[in-house]
Amino acid sequence: MKQAITGNAGPRVRSDIEVTLELTDSGGIELNIKSKVKSMYGKAIEEQCRFLLDYFGIVNARLSVNDSGALPFVIAARIEAAVKALTGTTKSFIPEMIPENIYGSSRDRYRFSRLYLPGNSPGMFLNAGLHSPDGVILDLEDSVAPDRKDEARILVRNALRAVNFYGAERMIRINQGERGLEDLEALIPHNVQLVLIPKCENGETVQTVDRKIREIKAGEGQNETVFLMPIIESAAGVEHAMEIATASGSVVAMAIGLEDYTADLGVQRTKEGKESLYARNRIVVAARAAGIQPIDSVFSDVGDMEGLLQNVLSSKAMGFDGMGCIHPRQIAVIREGFSPSPDEIEKAKKIVVAYHDALEKGLGVVALGTKMIDPPVVARAEKTITLAVRLGILPGNWIEEEKA
Amino acid sequence: MKLLENAAGRMVPDEINGKEAVPFKGVGKHRPTGRKYAPPIATCIDYPEDNNKVVGSLKEALVRCGLKDGMTVSTHHHLRDGDLVSNQIFAIASEMGVKDLVWLPSASFPCNDPVIQYLEDGTVNRIEGSMNGPLGMFVSEGRMKGMAVLRSHGGRVQAIQDGDVKIDIAVLAAPASDSFGNARGTGGPSATGVIGYAKPDYLYADKVIVVTDNLVDLPCFPMEVEGNYVDYVVVVDKIGIPEKIVSGTTQITKSPDRLLIAELTALFLEKSGLLRNGATMQAGAGGTSLAIAVFVHQMLKKKGWKLSFGFGGSTRYMVEMLEEGQMGYILDAQAFDLDSVKSIEKNLNHIPYPVFNAYNYHSKGNLTTMMDIMILGATEIDTGFNGNVVTHSDGLLLHGIGGWQNCLHARNVIIPVPLFRDRIPVIVDRVTTLCGPGELIDVIITERGIAINPGRQDLIDSVRGKGLPLVTIGELRETAEKICGKPEKAAFDERVVAAIKWVDGTVIDAVRKVRK
Repeated sequence: MKQAITGNAGPRVRSDIEVTLELTDSGGIELNIKSKVKSMYGKAIEEQCRFLLDYFGIVNARLSVNDSGALPFVIAARIEAAVKALTGTTKSFIPEMIPENIYGSSRDRYRFSRLYLPGNSPGMFLNAGLHSPDGVILDLEDSVAPDRKDEARILVRNALRAVNFYGAERMIRINQGERGLEDLEALIPHNVQLVLIPKCENGETVQTVDRKIREIKAGEGQNETVFLMPIIESAAGVEHAMEIATASGSVVAMAIGLEDYTADLGVQRTKEGKESLYARNRIVVAARAAGIQPIDSVFSDVGDMEGLLQNVLSSKAMGFDGMGCIHPRQIAVIREGFSPSPDEIEKAKKIVVAYHDALEKGLGVVALGTKMIDPPVVARAEKTITLAVRLGILPGNWIEEEKA
Repeated sequence: MKLLENAAGRMVPDEINGKEAVPFKGVGKHRPTGRKYAPPIATCIDYPEDNNKVVGSLKEALVRCGLKDGMTVSTHHHLRDGDLVSNQIFAIASEMGVKDLVWLPSASFPCNDPVIQYLEDGTVNRIEGSMNGPLGMFVSEGRMKGMAVLRSHGGRVQAIQDGDVKIDIAVLAAPASDSFGNARGTGGPSATGVIGYAKPDYLYADKVIVVTDNLVDLPCFPMEVEGNYVDYVVVVDKIGIPEKIVSGTTQITKSPDRLLIAELTALFLEKSGLLRNGATMQAGAGGTSLAIAVFVHQMLKKKGWKLSFGFGGSTRYMVEMLEEGQMGYILDAQAFDLDSVKSIEKNLNHIPYPVFNAYNYHSKGNLTTMMDIMILGATEIDTGFNGNVVTHSDGLLLHGIGGWQNCLHARNVIIPVPLFRDRIPVIVDRVTTLCGPGELIDVIITERGIAINPGRQDLIDSVRGKGLPLVTIGELRETAEKICGKPEKAAFDERVVAAIKWVDGTVIDAVRKVRK
């Protein structure tokens, strides 16, 4: 008898469900429901199981579920994955798109922090957006075990529709190669706003992904641009940084992944990061040259917040515009680190005010005290101010307040 | 027994274990008259002239106290999950063939689960106190002979003082005692820091037994139990398992979601102005509360402020505030960790302060009405801000009331809770069991928004326009249901298995047997 097991159960598992499905020849549907929330949702779970089996045309089967408080979108994904594993059906059960998930993104939005969410761990999805990352990455690549890739893809699709990510940019990290293109087919229609391309080594990979996305979007009659963020994780990738950054107009950022990069070089990754200095510089310069955002690698010691802050500050000093996070508690530290400091803001305010005064007085030269200020300095100060206002550190009408 | 509708709209029994019961009349409406209950007159000539009250064993002490069928035996819970004394009482009683005892603990713990066998064999008729885990399950399934009575810590004092409960024998485990029965919570291998929960017991019980594993020379000073109330002293090898009495260290939560709630709570305290120089505060020992204490401590340091006092359950996070100058005093009803126990021993500003003095309805004043900031938990809150702390949404009795009801009388009651746990909504239409009326609950803080009781317009005004995610309690409930789906209501049989007392001794709700 063929059997499919999907999902997860166990003492530490929360908000997930393990589904064991066995197709039988006769006897109808035999259901066996074990659930932590049975007294409150037992009937709802049973109804959903029966509904889905019926939806997929399963008439005879033995279905056992071991539930740890999974929400309906998770239950649906797990059952669909089990049915697909046994029957190979191409039919899908697509949950309703909640209205909160219908919003757009933009090329130049900030991407200081993007939170990685392992694609097969639904418990981590629910509150991810509440921690206010700039983006959430539903990851299908390295955080998903090879034999769980299919079910993770279905789960991520359902999450993109049913989980409120509270305005975070909706990102996915696809697998490499052919599987990655299949990931796109399953997920792009569901308001994916940015795709991370892992272990990217050349412009052609970017173009293949971009082409595939455009094809899918056109097929769906959707016209938003899906942005791309290639991740450079090898020596070859670093050497082709410029080619990758400019491979498509959809590329808005380029990230570096240091675990794989240092492995590729055959060196240890250190906290100081001397071994990756060249690569990081190269990424920053290429990204700036291409007019896209350079994004730094994740900091993997989730217990070391001081170390993280130092890392963020050195990233910022090198020219990076953001960093990946693997734990929600890293988000605030990263945002704070990349935000302009009170000193920077004060300086910027003075420069911008001096600039405005000069304009008003029709002076050709901007001066602060006895010091002349060059146009790039003004431009940088304005950038700092814009950032401070957008982050809510400065009020939009600060200049009036300043003058009053 | 009839069921009557009380002032909160709940159907409650008019009789509990054969005694008349008064339905809840509303907050501050019940005013008992008459005189307090008093124990029988004792005469010092009946006690040994050398004042050595030590007897050979707990059994001997119980026998000398006249242990017999139907008696009420009380214990305190300062040994928490490391209690090696309480279960012994019932083992002895069972061996003696005594039946139908009433156990009046100030709280019970998983280590008390063996009492189930004495409930089953008829030694114990019922428990009047908190019931957790398997004991709660036992009661919920209708397997306990008598009706359980759940009281708050203050409600227990009230019931003892006004004679609703008459303690025949109080068995008080003490980390240190002298032969006269002067006892305290510090010192010895089983130190608990304080033993304040024993106060009503030794003052009001007919007979008092002190059990210690640390007999010290007279006088055992500073004594929390005064020997002139004590009948017998029993010396045993061990009264408790130290690592289960107090946590080595209490730990703040590591859950990012709970930390988020804690952060939001601290932010609320700051923006509302509730946190200020000289404020008073109480927070529990749960992981989220501890995290709130840490965030509050950081804010106090940054602003150079000092809380005038904090009310314990104390933890190392409160001790840190005391030692670093952000808290003037700790008034302490129980010490939750080793740092707190040590602090009580060495710091004069860390003061044992029994709930007897703090929470009691029959006291001439109530400490909690002086508390500016009160952080509490709940298993359920409903859209009327009513709270449940004793049952889960499935109807099973799984927690005690603790000091929760008493603490509701604070100036600002703030309950940080997740909107749902696994799939189970915490914010609901109507609480499964009513433990605290909504008029006393001011702010609910969840990861998905802060709801302020509409009765607290002053609080609403204090935070409006300050960037906090304010929502209505109705919106929270809707969000929970939208995410989790509509839960089925728990199904109950008619039989009442437990009565929930309000702080004044009236019955605020009843818990029914769960339907299988």
